[in-house]
Amino acid sequence: MIEARGLKKAFGLRPVLRGVDLEIASGEFVALMGPNGAGKTTLMRILATLSRPNAGLVRVAGFLLPAGAAEVRQRLGVVTHHTLLYSDLTAEENLRFYARLYALGRADGRIGAALAQVGLERRRRDLVRTFSRGMQQRLAIARALLPDPAVMLFDEPYTGLDPDAALMLDEVLRCVAQSGRTVLISTHDLPRGLALAHRVLILSRGVIAHAVPTAGLRPADFADTYAQVVRQAAYAG
Amino acid sequence: MQAEPRPAARPVATDLAQPAGRARHFLRVVGAIVWKDLAAELRSRELLSAMIVFALLVILTFNFALELDRSPAARERTGAGVLWVATVFTGTLGLNRSLAMEKDRGSLDGMLLAPIDRSALYLGKALGNLLFILLVEAILLPVLAILFNLPMLRPLLLGVVGLGAVGYAAVGTLLASLAMHSRSRDVMLPILLLPVAVPVLVAAVRATSGVLAASAWDEIAPWINLLIGYDVIFIAAAFMLFEYVVEE
Amino acid sequence: MPKASRSVQLLNIVTAVLMLIALGLVFLYAPRERVMGEVQRIFYFHVPSAWLSFTAFVVTAVAGAVYLRTARPFWDQVASSSVEIGLLFTIMATVSGSIWARPAWNTWWTWDPRLTTYTIMALIYVAYLMLRQGIEDPERRARFAAVYGIVGVISVPITWFSIRWWRTIHPVVIGSGSATAEGGFDMTSKMLTTFLFANLAFTFLYATLLVNRVRLARFSERVEQLKARLLAA
Repeated sequence: MIEARGLKKAFGLRPVLRGVDLEIASGEFVALMGPNGAGKTTLMRILATLSRPNAGLVRVAGFLLPAGAAEVRQRLGVVTHHTLLYSDLTAEENLRFYARLYALGRADGRIGAALAQVGLERRRRDLVRTFSRGMQQRLAIARALLPDPAVMLFDEPYTGLDPDAALMLDEVLRCVAQSGRTVLISTHDLPRGLALAHRVLILSRGVIAHAVPTAGLRPADFADTYAQVVRQAAYAG
Repeated sequence: MQAEPRPAARPVATDLAQPAGRARHFLRVVGAIVWKDLAAELRSRELLSAMIVFALLVILTFNFALELDRSPAARERTGAGVLWVATVFTGTLGLNRSLAMEKDRGSLDGMLLAPIDRSALYLGKALGNLLFILLVEAILLPVLAILFNLPMLRPLLLGVVGLGAVGYAAVGTLLASLAMHSRSRDVMLPILLLPVAVPVLVAAVRATSGVLAASAWDEIAPWINLLIGYDVIFIAAAFMLFEYVVEE
Repeated sequence: MPKASRSVQLLNIVTAVLMLIALGLVFLYAPRERVMGEVQRIFYFHVPSAWLSFTAFVVTAVAGAVYLRTARPFWDQVASSSVEIGLLFTIMATVSGSIWARPAWNTWWTWDPRLTTYTIMALIYVAYLMLRQGIEDPERRARFAAVYGIVGVISVPITWFSIRWWRTIHPVVIGSGSATAEGGFDMTSKMLTTFLFANLAFTFLYATLLVNRVRLARFSERVEQLKARLLAA
């Protein structure tokens, strides 16, 4: 569902991605980890059709980028640490606006279902500016779920959430995973990533330095591996 | 909370498959963006009230600087200029805010993530900006008419104001989306926009003072033609160029 | 630093020779103008500078358009280099024009359409350079500059039309049979030869400056690359 080959991206002379290869199967839940500046957000933006690589091949939901960007956008849900919401509109108005952009029929039903899924039905008529950070993040997920996307990207969704809100987000993410969607999530939170994902990738200095299935993996062992991989990559660079 | 039942083999937004459906979608997206800007603004009234107060302050400043209240002759000569300088300055305020709002909350990315034509995004934002400028004019014109006893509400004058506002919003929206990404964006927009908008200012001021002085149509027509020409050229240019501004 | 290629060296030399010949023609060959006297000779520098400033900005727009299509940094270097040179020619044309206007029009400056348009144009391209300075990401900088360069070049002729309907006192020398505007004159064939040659020489000067400025841009890019590699190692 998500495929990248030899992906390279530089900002001016500063290379950020130096040849990323990854392949994520349909229905798979994959966590992307790595230190700050490893290129996680850049990779996410490329997969989300928001940025173009300098070299390499990207295929999302069966369509090559950038040629198939319009097709990919119809099948993609993206959540970032920005909420992408308008604080002077209500929750419902925000979703209605996005439903129109996605040319979605039966919008009322979809909006209701999306709000129910993130537990915000009772706040549907409230302005987003009155929402807590956690509620805004859940509404952002409802927004991303609206077109019923086959592929979802979450870029650091836990940023700025308090522990309660983070637990709530865990639950929403588990639901998303159970619905059979393909999910790629980037996070700093090692235990969380391990608990949620089928597989973990470590992005370091612009390459996928390590990839391992989470089944049977002990968090403490993985933390050691992570530290080692990141340190090695730093020396190798 | 339970797992969402997943519809099997869901057809993706089939409406987008045919040209007629795409054209319909284009118009709906433009409408949705205008509606969204308007709804948010009517609720907060941040931008419009700031624009109106600023426009009135510009008029007040001119009143003292040019002693408009003293001589009717000065009013007739400079009335058009006061109107348009107030419009141009107030316009940069609105343009800046309208695009800054999209960037600060990341919602520009939200729109770019949607399967919409980039020119629909441009048109929606430009129409929203045009609407704000016209709303300010709707207050400015009667105020000028009353305070300075100028015939500001002639139909032809409203046409001139409309044409001038269209051109200014068209090029202003494009340049505000450039300025928004630069380091000192609040200062950048007027620097980019004012020299390029000179023809709008010249033609609109001339046409307006022509109307105020009740000049013959022959004297006003060239300026109106110039405004129309400017509007058409810059709307076309912005349509083609906007994609390169937002697509990375 | 790699040496300039043969063709660049040749261009440099040819331009130098042409400029020397142009100087000779202007001061030794062209006759003294009847009414205005020696100061008229400024015209041989003034007009080519003005024309090449326009040319330079058109080149910027075209290179910008090519950049938008191809995304090759080379075209952005051409576009930004051409703006710098265009502004240089703008300053030359403005200063030489002022020196000429003082005796001819009895003022350093007037708000005549051409002068006004010219000032606005200069401001557009100063804004172009400021926009470039305000954007960090080189790829975005190039893209935005290309867009603004195109908007600018479209607006200049419209600005000129919009201001033209004001009274003009700027002399129209080329293409108007009679010199009605104040300070106009009829060219003799010697003057015409000198004028055309000066235009040729200035066009070469522009091309040479552009080629060398783009070369400089590529060198500084190379330096940055080497620095980045050194820091990464």
